[in-house]
Amino acid sequence: MIEFLLTLAPNWALEHAAPLLVIFPFMLAPIVAVLPNGRLAWMLSILGTGAAVIFSLILLGLVQTTPTGVVSYAMGGWAPPMGIEFRVDALNGMILLLVTMMAFLASIFSWPTVLAEIPTRKRALFYSAFLVCVAGLAGVAITGDAFNMFVFLEISSISTYVLVALGAGRDRRALPAAFEYLVMGTIGATFFVIGVGFLYAATGTLNMHDIAQTLPEMTDSRTVQAGFAFIIVGLGLKAAMWPLHQWLPNAYSYSPSFVTVFLSATATKVALYALIRFLFTVFKPDFAFEQASFGLIFMPLGIAAMVACSFQAVFQTDVRRMLAYSSVAQVGYMLLGVSLGTMAGLSAGLFHLLNHAMIKGCLFMAVAGVVLTYQGTHVRDFAGLGRSAPWTMTAFAIAALSLIGVPLTAGFQSKLQLGYALFDQGMWWAVLLVVFSSFLAVIYMGRILEAVFFQPPANPRKKRQEAPLLLLVPLWVLALANIWFGIDTELPLGLARDAAASAFGLGAFR
Amino acid sequence: MIEFILERANYWAIIGLMMIGLYIAFAATNMIKRLVGLSIFQTSVFLFYITLGVVSGGTAPILMGDDIGGGHDTGAGGEGGHSALQAADAVLVAGGGSGERFADLANVYSNPLPHVLILTAIVVGVATLSVGLAIVVRIREAYSTIESDEVREIDLKTAAKQADDVPPVPTEASA
Repeated sequence: MIEFLLTLAPNWALEHAAPLLVIFPFMLAPIVAVLPNGRLAWMLSILGTGAAVIFSLILLGLVQTTPTGVVSYAMGGWAPPMGIEFRVDALNGMILLLVTMMAFLASIFSWPTVLAEIPTRKRALFYSAFLVCVAGLAGVAITGDAFNMFVFLEISSISTYVLVALGAGRDRRALPAAFEYLVMGTIGATFFVIGVGFLYAATGTLNMHDIAQTLPEMTDSRTVQAGFAFIIVGLGLKAAMWPLHQWLPNAYSYSPSFVTVFLSATATKVALYALIRFLFTVFKPDFAFEQASFGLIFMPLGIAAMVACSFQAVFQTDVRRMLAYSSVAQVGYMLLGVSLGTMAGLSAGLFHLLNHAMIKGCLFMAVAGVVLTYQGTHVRDFAGLGRSAPWTMTAFAIAALSLIGVPLTAGFQSKLQLGYALFDQGMWWAVLLVVFSSFLAVIYMGRILEAVFFQPPANPRKKRQEAPLLLLVPLWVLALANIWFGIDTELPLGLARDAAASAFGLGAFR
Repeated sequence: MIEFILERANYWAIIGLMMIGLYIAFAATNMIKRLVGLSIFQTSVFLFYITLGVVSGGTAPILMGDDIGGGHDTGAGGEGGHSALQAADAVLVAGGGSGERFADLANVYSNPLPHVLILTAIVVGVATLSVGLAIVVRIREAYSTIESDEVREIDLKTAAKQADDVPPVPTEASA
């Protein structure tokens, strides 16, 4: 299919796909902002994210067909070490596809929830902020320049604060949540920029590829080590690495439903990508300081996230909050995979990243459907919904099983890969902890599923009330994707393996 | 020892400001004060970058004297701007390595790149601050306070109230 698209695409699209992917949603944003009509804004945002999906498919195709496996684009014609470079390889090609695809699905689904949750005169501005956020996230993933990455990170973050704060129409607690997120997010981004400054002081360049070339000579430099530490903390904050995740549960549970769907599937994933990019491409895994950080920081923190946040999820009564804590726990799985420092571990982490975006996107979409029709996110509001909204809840159940890791679902496959990678390193105890954390997932997802399918409805007078069709279609696309990729793992696992190979600098593709 | 300290006066100031800003951002309860702390923290990073750009004995990075239009590129008139750009390039590379073009310049210039970067970072900082202040205004409207501990208390009360009013559980018979 990708080859077909490549033959179909005009020359200008092939040549300029990388900047167009970011610029297209970016340029649409101010146009959308001045539109008087929310519905028109919604359609334009579908157009913008849809175009971004096509450009990211083209980029992925280009990456897979070029012999070096790298597509480099010099912004404004300034050659890379000086000018800003957009650099796409298998790793960020995968992330770009994930971000644009989730943005596309989320914006199709968004209209009914926006209609219900956002005041009329703010709808166009809301979509404008959303498009800026998409452009920012895609920019973080695509850029090859460390400082440019900071700028895009802040573009996406600032628009995210606005999007989260717009949840105030439904629940005023969105405002303190957005404020807290703003303070933590800004501190994270500033730490990142300090780290980039240290690297610039040591190497005299900001191009990540160029930094990577000069760094091996100066691994003992205190400057480089300090820069490494600052970057890890900064990006860890953005990626909700456990103890730095405090902003996440509130931001996810009070923001508008659509924003939660989009953020849970993309924002932390992109930050995690940035972390992987710095860990594996800029600093090499054989950097002794980094080796130590794998064993002493990422592995314990990943495991702690897996266990502690799953426990916290068990005790939540609000479904969205429970899923938010579970998100932090899932970031723990990814970090555990990354922290092995092996190709198998990294590809398992990336594979889980892809699957988790599908799982959480699907779960939050189903919750959004419930919020829309029943105005409640408490577990007891879910009672009996299996009978009154069977289509929504069946999709929810599929994604829930996938989150737990039941065989024949995508979640099982990524946990299997993680298990293989852990056994390779002889870390059977970590495998036991992964299984233990999955059992905790059985408890917290089981509580919801029990309420949904086996309890009498909270309000028996409300008869069948399904979520609107516009919402059901993307929901079921994701739910079926969970099953499809649970049986046929070739596509996502291939993407993840290629991504891991290119992160390790194995230029040859496949 | 004293020389060691004084030579790095800028960095001491930066570290001091950074710690003050970070502490305020975490410890203050007033949300405006937290934003002030955040701004101080960011400003210290701006200072850090600007300090990085200093080349000892260097002057402001504007080509002057023998460097204008001369040196490595003998382009005249219309090409003057182009060669100035190239010369600016040469200064940029100075940190990186290609020394010979840097050596062509008659004067020593500071590195302008960090300054340019920090212009961008200042814009980002302003945007963050304005969004933050806007959110504080909305919090003030919604809670009529901007103390985060009071806001938290109000939120806890709301949560407790929500947990209390359990709707009557319908029995199978009524359903």
